[in-house]
Amino acid sequence: MDAVWVPLLLSLKVAGWATLLNAILGVAAAYAISRWRSSARDVVDAILTLPLVLPPTVLGYYLLVLVGRRGVFGAWLDRIGIELVFTWQGAVLASTVVAFPLVLKSARAAFEGVDHQLENAARVLGVSETGIFFRVTLPMALRGISAGVVLAFARALGEFGATLMVAGNLPGRTQTLSVAIYEAVQAGDDNTANLLVLVTSVTCIVLLVVAGRLVPPAARGVGEVYERRAFRREAVGK
Amino acid sequence: MTFRTLPFLRRTACVGAALALTVAAPSAFAADLVVSAAASLTNAFKTLAEQYEHAHPDTKVVLNFGASDVLMQQIVKGAPADVFASADQTAMDKAEAEKVVQSASRKDFAANQVVLIVPQDSKLGIGSLKDLTRADVKRVAYGNPSSVPVGRYTKGALEAEGLWDAVAAKGVPAQNVRQSLDYVARGEVDAGFVFATDAAIMPEKVKVAVRVPNRTPVTYPIAVTTQTKQAQQATSFVQYVLSAEGQAVLAKFGFQKP
Repeated sequence: MDAVWVPLLLSLKVAGWATLLNAILGVAAAYAISRWRSSARDVVDAILTLPLVLPPTVLGYYLLVLVGRRGVFGAWLDRIGIELVFTWQGAVLASTVVAFPLVLKSARAAFEGVDHQLENAARVLGVSETGIFFRVTLPMALRGISAGVVLAFARALGEFGATLMVAGNLPGRTQTLSVAIYEAVQAGDDNTANLLVLVTSVTCIVLLVVAGRLVPPAARGVGEVYERRAFRREAVGK
Repeated sequence: MTFRTLPFLRRTACVGAALALTVAAPSAFAADLVVSAAASLTNAFKTLAEQYEHAHPDTKVVLNFGASDVLMQQIVKGAPADVFASADQTAMDKAEAEKVVQSASRKDFAANQVVLIVPQDSKLGIGSLKDLTRADVKRVAYGNPSSVPVGRYTKGALEAEGLWDAVAAKGVPAQNVRQSLDYVARGEVDAGFVFATDAAIMPEKVKVAVRVPNRTPVTYPIAVTTQTKQAQQATSFVQYVLSAEGQAVLAKFGFQKP
């Protein structure tokens, strides 16, 4: 069963890290872009969305050129002891880059959908800008962000092209589910391939069901819940 | 048909024609001869195909390169190949066992040698297979033994010296021999196993550190597939590869006679 467990756990680990990074970076970038008033905004947004449309092979090549041993940042990374090519961290990098636009797009739309009057109301009540972000804007946008994060996790779990180019196909170390399936098919090992695709399909179904329950109810509902909570707090004099 | 619908129809026709072209363009035509050849044959077979087409203007040779076992798997699963050229006997044996190649047409047409290469600017001073077990040698590339012939030759040679387990622990299995070459050329690995003919393609980026002694002869078999619809052209291509002219091309790329 190691032939299934090892790549499955590795896939979950890689996708988990990539999702965590994207949840932070993607949301931060989306918030910045949604608030930024500049003509350069569309260009920056387009560049950050590129991984969605570029073939993963192009991304893989870019990453190799950037972080490879002889890459632009490779020598510098080498000196501080970070190795990305042929390591699981490299797989995380590839998955993060590929899935990034999914969080960015959903989070940006969610932030732009937040009613500014509510933020202004909080401002009038003397809440700090940080407080407004964490207590008004973020809770209101949470549903859209969650949807993006779930999509990003699914995309990271299925990442193949860029991962294969950056992290290679090292059994037990960088061989994720999708890469293990590719290898099994190439070697004509149909039994392993059948088992792996079955496990992948079941994993994805389970994830989608779980994700469907994790995503909070509609944004309006969250707002109402929040308002009710705030009202209650006001009522008890806190 | 009224006057006003005309531009619309014309535009639709244009788009339709363009679509039809895109859809039809990459598909193979009847006169196409599909040759599935080992990745190490890439450069030699491109030249061979060009010369063959020159001599037989009515035939278009379509080349499909990859690891020999992958090509074999494709053919077993029904890929429309007419000729199969493998980098080792194992892949061809499997093809024969699956009855996808005509046993009578099978012939060895070239020989090669496995070499250990290092990046041209390598400072590790690797001079023997045993050096690969040193701590400062961190990554070694080789073809994946389960699907790449050069990987099988490599594994055999290292096993004979009792070094396989130590090297596999720092191994980077490649999808085909050219990927192994690429990893070394980019300096992403410290050393890699390829064929002598592959190393000769990038003399400015890689250098041969060790010529690995052949334990089993490194010979390339070629055969006509059983499901070919153009047995005559396929046989003619195989004969061309075996002819003096074909052998001269292979020799030019560093292949030896079988």
